[in-house]
Amino acid sequence: MTTCPIHAAASRRALTCLLAGVLVALASGAGAVETPTIAVEKFAFAPKEISVLPGTKVTWINHDETPHAISAADKGFVSKAMDTDDRFEYTFTTEGDFAYFCTLHPFMTGIVHVHK
Amino acid sequence: MTDHDQPTGFDAERRRTLGCLAGWTGAAIVWTVAGGVPRALAASSSGGGAAAASNAFTFVQISDTHIGFHKDANTDIVGGFRRAAGDINALAQRPALVVHTGDVSHLSKPEEFGQAKELLQEIRVDRVHTVPGEHDALDDGLAGYLKNFDHDGRNRAWYSFDQSGVHFVGLSNVLNFKLGTMTSLGDEQLAWLKQDLAHVSHSTPVVVLAHIPLWTVYAPWGWGTADADQALALLRPYGSVTVLNGHIHQVLQKVEGNIALHTAMSLAYPLPTPGQEGIGEPGPVKVPAGELGKLLGTRQLTVVRGKHELALVDTPIDHA
Repeated sequence: MTTCPIHAAASRRALTCLLAGVLVALASGAGAVETPTIAVEKFAFAPKEISVLPGTKVTWINHDETPHAISAADKGFVSKAMDTDDRFEYTFTTEGDFAYFCTLHPFMTGIVHVHK
Repeated sequence: MTDHDQPTGFDAERRRTLGCLAGWTGAAIVWTVAGGVPRALAASSSGGGAAAASNAFTFVQISDTHIGFHKDANTDIVGGFRRAAGDINALAQRPALVVHTGDVSHLSKPEEFGQAKELLQEIRVDRVHTVPGEHDALDDGLAGYLKNFDHDGRNRAWYSFDQSGVHFVGLSNVLNFKLGTMTSLGDEQLAWLKQDLAHVSHSTPVVVLAHIPLWTVYAPWGWGTADADQALALLRPYGSVTVLNGHIHQVLQKVEGNIALHTAMSLAYPLPTPGQEGIGEPGPVKVPAGELGKLLGTRQLTVVRGKHELALVDTPIDHA
């Protein structure tokens, strides 16, 4: 999506495409946004909120000395316990707003917005 | 259940048990139940615990051993545990039992539970009772924990037993985590607790074990139990209730009428004080060499008949 053509006569479709790309870029903090990464650090998710396109694989990496585990609020996706440097990946195939939390520390919350 | 209001008190064996309290130097909090009220006696570096009445029995609380943890905050968990076990074994009066208030393991791995079980056997005591922490409930819930610590053979994490006229209740508050809220005991367990207590006279001292505090220590870090009030309401009619918790790796207490709630030190690593300035999250705190052993420890309790509160002695593993 980041390769959307941009020109003066951009169609509505192209503009939408561009906005989505920008959102993904902002969320990941990088230009290439195929697999945004969320840091699990100091008992928080960073970024806490991201927006991605359907089909995007999101990766969480635990940087804490304490284990954490990811679970959707509705348990739609659940990771195993992640020790230091462990990763969890999940591909969001459908649109929606997916709130999630750490099942060991439920005050740690985040949300993934999945929209075209 | 023995009626703790009886003036005759405990028997000679318990009297002998009491005598050894004076020799306590362990890295534990010593709980004394006397007259139905547990008191914690602070163990001193000279080894002189608070004098316990002759009609009392003692037990020991340990907590948050996190067997399997190997990070900077403590690279020798096992060594620290063995020092604590040595202190408990050196008590002049052998405790009636040891209770472990959760996070036995760090990552719920079978080998961690296995090692923990072996280490606990190094404590020379007749009974060790545990309740699970959230670190014991990873991935497959409590299945791995219960393979090793199913105390009444019912394959569930809550149970009760009687010891020396005291009713002990072990609870689990580490499975019901929901987004943005504190943990809970859950309706099924609360219904069981009500049924369990229905057979216990109000004059019987009650000791409740649960990992996460049964009062709200600090909600932003989840240091509390959302439905604890329902459990405490069931316990309020009792003359002596002592709630022993772990989870926060430090000693705090709160008293509500006849209910005294105490958290304990860990045997693994320290955590910050609630909301501690400059830290911001409840992760392991790295302290200078030489400081760690002052922040880890155990608790001895003595139950003295006729007194509402147990005598507690919190003892760091570094002591003279």
